[in-house]
Order: sequence, then C-alpha cells, then structure tokens
Amino acid sequence: MLELNNLHVSVDGTEILKGIDLEINPGEVHAIMGPNGSGKSTLASVLAGREEYEITEGDITYSGADLTELDAETRAREGIFLAFQYPVEIPGVSNTYFLRSALNAIRDHRGETPLDAMDFLSLVKEKAKLVKLDEKLLKRPVNEGFSGGEKKRNEIFHMAVLEPKLAILDETDSGLDIDALKIVSEGVNALRDGERSFVVITHYQRLLNYIVPDFVHVLKDGKIVRSGGRELALQLEDQGYDWLETEPATVGA
Amino acid sequence: MSQTATTAETFIDGLDAGIGSIEGESEAILALRLEASRSFAATGVPTPKQEEWRFTNLKALAATPHDLGGPATADISPWRLTDSHRLVFVNGRFADTLSQIGELPEGVTIGSLATALSAENERAVFALGKGVDLESHPFAALNTANFVDGAFIHLNRGAVVEKPIHLLFVSVGGDGPIWSAPRNVISADPTAQATIVEHYVGTGGETLTVPVTEFQLAPGANIKHVRLQEEGRETRHIALQTSRQGRDSRLESVALNVGAALSRTNIDAELGAPGAHASLDGLYLVEDAQHTDTQIKVRHAAPHCTSHELYKGILDGKSRAVFNGRIVVDPGAQKTDAIQSNRNLLLSAGALVNSNPQLEILADDVRCTHGSTVGRLDEEAIFYLRSRGIARSTAESLLTYAFAAEIVQEIPVAEIRERMERHLVERLPQGELAREAF
Ligand SMILES: Nc1ncnc2c1ncn2[C@@H]1O[C@H](COP(=O)(O)OP(=O)(O)O)[C@@H](O)[C@H]1O
Ligand SMILES: [Mg+2]
Repeated sequence: MLELNNLHVSVDGTEILKGIDLEINPGEVHAIMGPNGSGKSTLASVLAGREEYEITEGDITYSGADLTELDAETRAREGIFLAFQYPVEIPGVSNTYFLRSALNAIRDHRGETPLDAMDFLSLVKEKAKLVKLDEKLLKRPVNEGFSGGEKKRNEIFHMAVLEPKLAILDETDSGLDIDALKIVSEGVNALRDGERSFVVITHYQRLLNYIVPDFVHVLKDGKIVRSGGRELALQLEDQGYDWLETEPATVGA
Repeated sequence: MSQTATTAETFIDGLDAGIGSIEGESEAILALRLEASRSFAATGVPTPKQEEWRFTNLKALAATPHDLGGPATADISPWRLTDSHRLVFVNGRFADTLSQIGELPEGVTIGSLATALSAENERAVFALGKGVDLESHPFAALNTANFVDGAFIHLNRGAVVEKPIHLLFVSVGGDGPIWSAPRNVISADPTAQATIVEHYVGTGGETLTVPVTEFQLAPGANIKHVRLQEEGRETRHIALQTSRQGRDSRLESVALNVGAALSRTNIDAELGAPGAHASLDGLYLVEDAQHTDTQIKVRHAAPHCTSHELYKGILDGKSRAVFNGRIVVDPGAQKTDAIQSNRNLLLSAGALVNSNPQLEILADDVRCTHGSTVGRLDEEAIFYLRSRGIARSTAESLLTYAFAAEIVQEIPVAEIRERMERHLVERLPQGELAREAF
C-alpha cells in the first residue's frame, strides 16, 4: 500500500528526514515512536502532501503509483488521512459543512454521487457517537473554541466519516486523559477492518496498549534506527531512546 | 418634482463650485451655505501633504471639471427592495416617480430634504449641519454649499418604523463628468426606532458623489443603519457621516464599500451623553485598481458610553485600502468602553493597506483597545482543508468568505445581506460553494 524508499526530506535547506525505508501493507498498524524533533511530524506532513517540505532523494509509492505527483487534496481523495498533531481552527466554517464538502469531494473523485443532506446527517450522528463527540461541536466552526481533547476527538471523528485507506495519526494521544485516550483508541479500533492501514505516531507507549500495533519503528534524528514488534515499545518505555544510538538498525518490518 | 432648485450649474475648473439654494430655504441655511463655500474656497481640494489625505490622492479629480448632475431617470429595478419605504435620488435630485414611501406609522416623516427646507420644517433647519465640522471636511463643505436635495427623516418620540427605510442614490453619468451632493438629515426623538439603508449605486459614466449624512439620536433612540456603496467603477465617492447621540441611545451602523474607483468615507461619531452606544462596523471589498479609504473618529464626550468598531477589508489585484481610526476620550468621560479593530486580508501580492488606529485618551478610568492586522490567508488552514480532500481554490474561497461573514451576517436587512453575499460570490473563484457553507 505504502512504500518509502530512502526518503530524504529537507525544509529551508535543512535535512530533516535522512533516508527512511518503510513498507506498509493493507490492514497493518505501524507505530512510529521517537524523541521530540526526530522528524515524526515531518514524515506525516510529507505523506499528506505539505508543500514546504522538499524531497531531495528517494521516493514514495502509494497503491503502486508515485505519491509525490499528487497534490494534498488528491492524496486525501485517494484515501490518505492525516490526523493533525495540532488541529487547525477554521473560523466561520461549520464542522458539519466542512466535513460534507470533504466527503463529497472524495465521493466525487471516486465517481460516486454526493450524499444528500439527510443521509449525511445520519452518517455524521452515527460517527460522532463512535468517538463520543458532543453534537454541539458539529455546528460550531471547525475546532474553534474546542478543548485540546475535543480537537483530537474531532480528528478521529473526521477520519471515521471520511473512511480513508491509510490513516496517519500524529500524536493524537498527547494531551488526552486516560478516558479520552480510550475513546479515541476505540474509535480507531472500530475502523480496523483488515484493509485499512494506520501509521500511529506517538511519544508514549501508553497508547499502544489500546491500539495494538503490528510493527514499531523508532525514528531518531531523521532515521529509523530500530524496527520491531510490539515489545519494542515496552522496551523503549523502560529504557528510553538513548541506548539505541549504538545499536544497528534492524532492517525491514 | 416637489421642489425647484437653482444652483451653480457647473463645477468650474476642477472642484471650484458655486453656491446652490433651494427655493424658500431660510436665511440661516443660506448663511450656512456661504460659510461652507468660503471654507471650501479656503481649504481647496486636499492634497497628500495633509495628514488625513496622505494616502488618497485627488490630483486627477481636482484636474477634472465636473458639472453638477441634472435631472435624469434610471431603471432602479436591480436595486429595489421588496418591502421598504423607498426614497430615490438621481444625481442628488429627488425622483418622485421612482420613490415609494408607502404608508408611514404615526409621527414619522420621510421625504425630500428640499421639501422640508422650503417648508421651513424646524426640525430639518435645526438639525442641518449641526454635526459637521466644515474645516476638517472640505467635501462636506462642498456639499453644504451645493446640495440640491437628499433625505429627511424625522421620527417622533416613541415612533417605530418596522420596514427598512431605503434611501437609494443613483449616479447617472452623462457626456462629461458630473457630480452630485446628496444631503441626508436623520433625526430620531426619544426612544424612536428605525432601520435605514443608505444605498449608493450608478448606471455608469464618470461621476463624483459627495454625500453627507447626519444622524441625531435623542435619548433612548435606536437606529440600525447600513451604508452600501456599490457605485460604478468610474465613480469617485467622497462621503461624510456624522452622528450625535443622546443618553442611552444606540446606533448600529455597518458600512460596506464595494464599488467606485475611489471611495473615501469619513465617519464622525460623537457619544454625547451617558449610556450611549455606537457600533460602527464595516467591510470593504476591493480589486483591480480600486482605492478605498475609511476615516473614523469616535469621540467619547460623556462617561459610561460604549463604542465598537470592527472593520474588515478584502483586497485583490492592485487595490489599496486606507484605514484611519481614532478614538478620542474627553476628560471626564470615565468608564468609556471602546474597541476598535481593523483586519485586512490580502488576496494578491499587489494589494496594499495603510492602517492606522489611534487612541487619544484624556480620562483615566477607561477601557480602550485597538489593533490592526494585515495578512494573507492562513496557509495552515488551507493545508488542513486540503488534507481532507477540499480543493485549494475552494479552501481559499471558504476562508475568504468566512472572513467576510462576520460582518455580512450583521447586516440588518436580508436583501442587502444577500447583495453583499453576491458580491463576495462574484469575487471568489469558488464563491458559490463557499456561500453554501453559511
Ligand atoms: N517547517 C519547518 N521549518 C523549519 N524547521 C522545521 C520545520 N518543520 C520541522 N522542522 C524541524 O525539523 C525537526 C523535526 O521536527 P518534527 O518533524 O516536528 O519532529 P517531531 O514531530 O518528531 O517532534 C525539528 O528540528 C524541527 O525544528
Ligand atoms: Mg510532532
């Protein structure tokens, strides 16, 4: 589904990702962990199509095609979803309207007819329930005046409505209390269907108790320095990231 | 026509105008006209050397002779509101046949100012020119010396007008440049209420509109006002609005500048008695080489008054906006609560804004805030929308529309709100989609 091959990424002339190899198959959940500033969000943004990041070397293949050829909106329509580490407030545009235009843009891309208002509304209500999102937040402008936890939940709510093929969650767990964390995890788990793939970026292994990954990768200074199974996350929890410095990276996942 | 007017017919050599008079108008009015004429002769057409005109250059205007517009007719169907008390002025002259005042509630006068002045209507004579500082506003002096007509609205104590009062001013261009000087006097007695639409449009041609609108609100009066300037692109529009407010009165005014090659709107608002509130908001929407200039002075002359100003601007092409906002708090005007904010959105690299909010506070127990911003669309927000599948052009239109919506939604008359929405839709690549979001 997604393949990164020796991916190097720079921003304003500074190299941030320094040769990433990663393969994600349908239905897999990959966790990416790593210290602050190691490049996790950069990786997520590059996959979502943020333009200020320059790919200087390597390539990204998504569903057999060169992903870098597609602009951000086309990637979204092709099934890539990024849950932002810092969701953006969109003053004046209601959450529901926003989501409806997004969903209809995606449906249109797939050659489907737009959902009518009634069908859309019942879909939205069902999905809002899934992440226990207060219905009041549907009418409010996107993320405006939402609490930190509400913003994160809203991201998962968007994901549930848009039903992507590949969902990238960038530190969706940070700032969530344990109850919110469970709700978000349940939302994600409900969408695991053996086809949909996930990249779960997190700082803490705590989340991985709820969203159980197939693979864990450690990103450090722009490189994947270690890949392993779920137990790697536990080891990181115990020992931190420093010990990885000297050990060679394990290839493949 | 209900009045006969004689006036200096030409606007000789640039803006050197004569003195008009309305048959039957009082000596006092004539004296005022003479004073105004002398004042204009002394100041002349302002130049960028004057601080208030630093960014708005009238050299081309001063070099263009304009004739005072004569009687004309126009098809007003594009601008009619379905249900209003309507007064129409073509080139500053009352158009009886196009107007439809309709049935008025008790104690309400709506009509031609010239008619009121020739009948020596005391209220009209008394109110005229009271709030106008001729020296600071040369074009208001020009208007005072030359006006032929305009609207006169008087609301008796407690009168309530339910339907909007639609004052429609149509500039009808001729063979050469023409100008007009509508003069409007609006006075509300205690606790009276009305919604007034002051609407400037044009049928094309090179024209100059120099309106002056004066509001007087007695204690407890409540006036909602929307000023929509959507004149043709060959028009220059140089306006003054003044308001003087009594105790606990409320003026809620929204100024919308969309049309004209050059528009300049001066607003002088005075809160003269405790508890008065003025909200003076606005939106300018300019593109190409349009130039729009807003100068607001809010004077808190009494304690416990509140004022609110939110001006937003959307600029495209090589357009330019000037915003100069001044809040003046007199000594003794304690507990003043004044907010002023000017926010500008640039859609192109060639657009330019000069924004200058100022405070002059001579009392010590007040709350005054002011600020201005000039920026582009938030790229983070655009990326967020795109990352959910929304096309860039739609994202940009949505965000621009949302920026304007805060003001548009305030417009108290639905049909004017819709007109403004249509202007936005026309200016935005995906405007239609954006409109559906609101
Ligand atoms: N737009 C940018 N401009 C400049 N530096 C950036 C930009 N985005 C990220 N960086 C830098 O790249 C490094 C990795 O950042 P990031 O991907 O946000 O890390 P993480 O998400 O792992 O904390 C940091 O040193 C950060 O300062
Ligand atoms: Mg990050």
